[in-house]
Amino acid sequence: MIKLFKVKEKQRENAENANGKTPVKKQSAGELRLHRDISELNLPKTCSITFPNGKDDLMNFEVSIRPDEGYYVGGTFVFTFQVSPIYPHEAPKVKCKTKVYHPNIDLEGNVCLNILREDWKPVLNINTIIYGLFHLFTQPNYEDPLNHEAAAVLRDNPKLFESNVRRAMAGGYVGQTFFIRCI
Amino acid sequence: MADTAPSRSRDLDKLLLRAGNLVGPTFEPGTELRDDLQEYARILVVGAGGLGCELLKDLALSGFKNLEVIDMDRIEVSNLNRQFLFRMEDVGKPKAEVAAKRVMERVSGVNIVPHFCRIEDKDISFYNDFNIIVLGLDSIEARSYINAVACSFLEYETDDKPQEETIKPMVDGGTEGFKGHARVIIPGVTPCFECTIWLFPPQVKFPLCTLAETPRTAAHCIEYAHLIKWDEVHSGKSFDPDDPEHMQWVYSEAVKRAELFGIPGVTYSLTQGVVKNIIPAIASTNAIISAACALETLKIASGCSKTLSNYLTYNGVAGLHIKVTEFVKDKDCLVCGPGVLIELDTSVTLEKFINLLEEHPKLQLAKASVTYRGKNLYMQAPPVLEEMTRSNLSIPLYDLMDKVAKDILHVTGVTGQSDKKTSCLRKLRVVFRGVDGVTDMDMAGGA
Repeated sequence: MIKLFKVKEKQRENAENANGKTPVKKQSAGELRLHRDISELNLPKTCSITFPNGKDDLMNFEVSIRPDEGYYVGGTFVFTFQVSPIYPHEAPKVKCKTKVYHPNIDLEGNVCLNILREDWKPVLNINTIIYGLFHLFTQPNYEDPLNHEAAAVLRDNPKLFESNVRRAMAGGYVGQTFFIRCI
Repeated sequence: MADTAPSRSRDLDKLLLRAGNLVGPTFEPGTELRDDLQEYARILVVGAGGLGCELLKDLALSGFKNLEVIDMDRIEVSNLNRQFLFRMEDVGKPKAEVAAKRVMERVSGVNIVPHFCRIEDKDISFYNDFNIIVLGLDSIEARSYINAVACSFLEYETDDKPQEETIKPMVDGGTEGFKGHARVIIPGVTPCFECTIWLFPPQVKFPLCTLAETPRTAAHCIEYAHLIKWDEVHSGKSFDPDDPEHMQWVYSEAVKRAELFGIPGVTYSLTQGVVKNIIPAIASTNAIISAACALETLKIASGCSKTLSNYLTYNGVAGLHIKVTEFVKDKDCLVCGPGVLIELDTSVTLEKFINLLEEHPKLQLAKASVTYRGKNLYMQAPPVLEEMTRSNLSIPLYDLMDKVAKDILHVTGVTGQSDKKTSCLRKLRVVFRGVDGVTDMDMAGGA
């Protein structure tokens, strides 16, 4: 199959004049696919993206979302994205860096968004996730709770939920939990 | 010379010393082949676990004398039932070192060099020293990495035919319980790992809200402790699945959670299984898959038979089923494909290059973003990256590519007419005219 023994002399030669022709580190297929996702990002005005490690590390970035309607209007919420080398086989790991009073985001920043876990498909992309996150702020959903108390308040008393959200975003306590100002 | 004693290579000789009807096109039977195989063939085994132990033994007994093995793990008690090169007193020692030593003790004349490190720790050139790389791995990431490394040695002629001497064949084995696969990857000839990555089913992931709110199974309770409770209690400290204390903590939290919801079945071993995504390993599956891989390795090295074409699946769950499927290459594969050949003068700026891509008959790629070996040379979006890379536009591409005569780069952009635009990501083979070592290839570029 392979002309292994025609190769044997060639190999000796190569070993002798290995003058820097050895390839350096390769980009993984995941990085390349991410390069495409990022270069095609089409974000609404309410979202922005930054790359804390500079222009050559696309695998780790932050997305800020500033909802322009709904309960969370006026707040700024920062999400960290960690993308694996086998992206898009695996969804990025997304966490909310801003402590938020939200039925679908817990106080550690875990996010309950179906496309980040059980419904992730390789055809989805970074843009889809950002729109999904944005959607969580305009349409918080008490049926998939991660913050149980917040979900119960949203379900039973939307007016109280609204004032709790405002209080948290302005910087203050909701129940026992302190939230840092994010307006 | 004990001519009377049966030679250890007696069975091998039947394959290597005689002509046959099923041999490969370059097969030259004879003792020279057998001796060369032993002297020159250098095989790397990646992984010294369940498959790796089998592979080392099988390859050594198949007459290969120059083997190396790389593995980052140490031996654990739970390995001993199937990783037969290891003994109780080896627990805690590096797998690669013990495996190499044990095989050398049992098979005379074989030399096995162990490497106790991560596969990423080795220079890429390390991998180029081997004729064939045999994989006994359990993760997609590691396979994808080795595949990218092996494919990076591949070079193409101007007519997009792979250059034979740059081909680095791989033989990949994998097992999960009673199921397994063995495949032959000849970069540039048969599909590479990345061409067919869709073969791997996505990992099952539970919705976080189910874990937090409505657990129904023991696995839900374990994932709750692992993904949610851990962060709540250990803020900032990341979970280490290889730390028994961490695992014990997750287990005891999972038990509490299961009691709360009246769910049976949380055990320590299930906790390990769910958290580390472990599927019970079956010794005989490893043996079968390894045998197939070792045989393919011998066939590739010697040409004594046509090779597996190109993907064998084994299923021993109910009965015993083996099937071979011939997958096809993705001709535009970013990892193993030839890419589009582009010839340039060294004076061409990045901006000019991006414009050329739009006019190139094979590409017609508008609004290109360009990346070279992990450096983003130009990004069309988002604005923050466009701004950071804009200053590169006026610099010659040759300078941005560190003045190499030829290399691979990748571009993302839009193709097609206004009514039907599609985005695409392409691999390019850029060759600079008149740079030392490069022969004139005017007829290929046509620019």
